[in-house]
Amino acid sequence: MQTGFDFTVIWTNITYFFIGRFPHGALGGIALTLYLAVISCILSFIGGLFLGLMGISHNKPVRYLSTVILNIIRGMPLLMVIFWMYFLLPAMMGGNVNESWTVIMALTLFTSAYMSQIVKAGVEGIPRGQTEAALSTGLHPWQAMIYIVLPQGLRNMIPSFVNQFVSMIKDTSLAFIVGVSELTHVATQINNRTIIYPTEIFFFIAVIYFIICYAFTSLSRWLEKRLAWRR
Amino acid sequence: MFKYQFDWSVVTSGKYFEWLLSGLYTTIQLSLVAIVFSFLLGLVIAMMRMSNVKPVRWFAHGYLEFFRNTPLLVQIFFWYFGSYKILPTVINDWLNKTNFEFGAAVIALTIYTSAFIAEDIRSGVRSIPKEQLEAARSSGFSYVRSMQYIILPQAVRITIPPLINQFLNLTKNSSLAMTIGVMELTYQARQVESYTFKGFEAFTAATLVYVVLSIIITLMVTYYDKVVLSPMKAR
Repeated sequence: MQTGFDFTVIWTNITYFFIGRFPHGALGGIALTLYLAVISCILSFIGGLFLGLMGISHNKPVRYLSTVILNIIRGMPLLMVIFWMYFLLPAMMGGNVNESWTVIMALTLFTSAYMSQIVKAGVEGIPRGQTEAALSTGLHPWQAMIYIVLPQGLRNMIPSFVNQFVSMIKDTSLAFIVGVSELTHVATQINNRTIIYPTEIFFFIAVIYFIICYAFTSLSRWLEKRLAWRR
Repeated sequence: MFKYQFDWSVVTSGKYFEWLLSGLYTTIQLSLVAIVFSFLLGLVIAMMRMSNVKPVRWFAHGYLEFFRNTPLLVQIFFWYFGSYKILPTVINDWLNKTNFEFGAAVIALTIYTSAFIAEDIRSGVRSIPKEQLEAARSSGFSYVRSMQYIILPQAVRITIPPLINQFLNLTKNSSLAMTIGVMELTYQARQVESYTFKGFEAFTAATLVYVVLSIIITLMVTYYDKVVLSPMKAR
């Protein structure tokens, strides 16, 4: 083994880890990671709902279109999606796009594909009798979906959503590639500055990610138990 | 909107095409080496997780939780940048002489995927009725032998679709190795883009390769489900 481990480098840079350059510049570090994850989660929930409902539509072309979109997005590594967004968004918006929004759009697109699977599974788990009863009371098909099926389905989808949020937190680490100063990028910056402490730095951020993700994974397991009992 | 001259010859012939091809070759190499090791490691960890010895079970439980809740990129950086302090000098010298980028990527991918494979194997084994293990034990097999001859052969057949899915995930995750300099497909696509400014063609070529690979593997899983698993379940 080489010389002993020296964790003081962590303490001296602790605020940079947590909030980046904040008052004097953009948000960074753990705060930016959580910000990216939360915003992407909310947006991809909407996108996933949309794609999932497309996937169970009675309209064949719409269903095929959603299958094609899903297979293309899920067949690509997330890194590829980020690169595509990095090149396409400025071309579409005509001009510079803030990199955080590039990453948020890429994460949203990628996770919507997985969210749509969750939505599909949740909706198909509701007994068909509910839809039939709703239609027989005179509700329009999409009214039946919005007022009867989705509220029940969403309760079952909650543990899967939390699991997807955990994956999202891990995926924000890829924002490093396009220059967003989230936790992994902050760690590499500090590592490049103080060359001799890579083990301590990367072990520290591994522990931080582990604490955050393990907390949410335990939450999802607890939610699964609570929601199953209510039935 | 798009003031862009498309030039597909860049990625279908010439030296840029060879770059992409060599990137594909490296990706396949990386994925195959990593999946073999991570399957073996995952099998060991799954066995440890189901063992009756408490410390062994706790170690496996901690291993699984830690490596599934940490991002792969952080693990890659840890093994590439931060491992020299925890390895003996002899190994460090040997690693620096050989292709350490590839090695660090293999180690990180192996450990990350083995955690998921161990969970899949464990749920596969748990789906085998408990009576099988009891019958095997009562016939005189030890725990390890009853696993080896009775339980695992059945469990592996059920676990193959999730394992093939993990192989697909591994192939897509191998793209992260580009951050430490492994010249695999995504890295080469980026190289072609920065040399020729034909980003659209380069990335379309790489994306096409990944999507085709993913569709082939998903079709394999569907075929396996239909031909092998459904007849088995219907019995």
